[in-house]
Amino acid sequence: MKHIKTVNKPTLQSTVNKGGCGECQASCQSACKTSCTVGNQTCEK
Amino acid sequence: MREAIHKFEQGGRYILLDVNSGSVHFLDRMAYDMMDVFDGTNDEETVRALAGKYPETELREALSELHELMDAKQLFAPDISVPPTFAAEGVVKSMCLMVAHDCNLRCEYCFGGTGEYGGTRELMSREVGEAAVEYIIEHSKGRKHCEIDFFGGEPLVNLPVVKHVTEYVRRREKETGKIFKLTLTTNGLLLDESVREWLNENHVSLVLSLDGRREVHDRVRPDAGGNGTYDRVLKNFRAMVDSRDGKDYYLRGTYTKYNLDFTEDVLAMADAGFDVLSVEPVVAKDAPYAIEEADMPRVCAEYDRLTEAYLERRREGKGFFFFHFNMDLSGGPCVAKRLSGCGAGHEYYAVAANGDLYPCHQFVGREGYRLGSVFEGVTNKELPRYFRESHVLNKPKCKDCWARFFCSGGCHANADLFHGDIREPYEVGCAIQKKRLECAIRVQAELALQQAEG
Repeated sequence: MKHIKTVNKPTLQSTVNKGGCGECQASCQSACKTSCTVGNQTCEK
Repeated sequence: MREAIHKFEQGGRYILLDVNSGSVHFLDRMAYDMMDVFDGTNDEETVRALAGKYPETELREALSELHELMDAKQLFAPDISVPPTFAAEGVVKSMCLMVAHDCNLRCEYCFGGTGEYGGTRELMSREVGEAAVEYIIEHSKGRKHCEIDFFGGEPLVNLPVVKHVTEYVRRREKETGKIFKLTLTTNGLLLDESVREWLNENHVSLVLSLDGRREVHDRVRPDAGGNGTYDRVLKNFRAMVDSRDGKDYYLRGTYTKYNLDFTEDVLAMADAGFDVLSVEPVVAKDAPYAIEEADMPRVCAEYDRLTEAYLERRREGKGFFFFHFNMDLSGGPCVAKRLSGCGAGHEYYAVAANGDLYPCHQFVGREGYRLGSVFEGVTNKELPRYFRESHVLNKPKCKDCWARFFCSGGCHANADLFHGDIREPYEVGCAIQKKRLECAIRVQAELALQQAEG
């Protein structure tokens, strides 16, 4: 494309009906303790 | 109206985030302007609106590219509702153990009232610690991965109980098949050689508190006698991190109104030889160090500076990991996780020194938020349900916001502090979070492109 450069291949839509296993880390446990960004968590699967 | 896209300029890039797919696109200036008008259905209106500024052939070319993205579900992707994978009830798998409502520092901004949490100085007993472990084992149900964070106050002032609980956890892991990740958050004052060795032998991850530059740290983190602590804790942190080959730690700082030039603090931490960093804003009300609405232009400009400094250091081969710039644009958590957020009150509880359960460490001692105790279980059945349902799609100010699938709706404790309602987000926190997300998206997009282009 000439006007647009797409930088990622996201999977958000595909996780609507799968996921939810709950094995991932609690976000506030990771580093911050005062804010709970969830976008920077990783999936354990 | 629910925001389906978010466009922003960051570091000279014109960036478009498609909220419901998570797609990130770099646009040229013309396509960026087109997105003020284009809604996926109005090609002619878009051309008319911009025909005076750009050649029509170019506009139509860009429109065809935009439609291509829509066909690939990377632009105006379908709205996301609460998925069936988001169970009605949470499974408690993480706990913050307040092993010491006591501290050997007197940090000016401490939300725990320098360790007391509005009560008296108190240490957790072995019995409470063991009961907390049993509570997680029972209530984490089929979940294999569980977490315990030793917190305070300063957890190392109650080291015997930290050791006892750790040994207990390791024994129960073998008996139950659970895997516990243990973390300890410390100010570093008591981190001597024997503690170091024990932490390493027992695979305890660490959050080490340091506020950047010496003068910044010493101003807000004095010891009980009012003396600066920077030199002492830095020496201990250095030895600690070296002793575990730089693994399993975060060096974490807080910035306040006193150091809105916090890029200098992040770089000071990196220059001191640490490369896994997190620095974030103090949350306070009516205090001289509190960050207020009026500080936001300065705070945003500083995140711009930090972003450029972060990328510059990487280019120089001196890169570091910064917690809030870390984001997996292609993978990342599932929708259910994005709704669960931090899990406070439904997947994650804090245990006060006396065994009382609270939604998280920040709620400890707050009236009306006691859930029960590790001995009697949760007696307030309504609260966990209310926390579980207080996700971004149920909060009036969050459900339409572009950041809804990244921020998890902000911190409940902060919302309660400012508005007395966990569903009413703390505005300054939201503004900072959004700015940080824009910076993170820019950083990760830049790195992804660099990788793709070799």
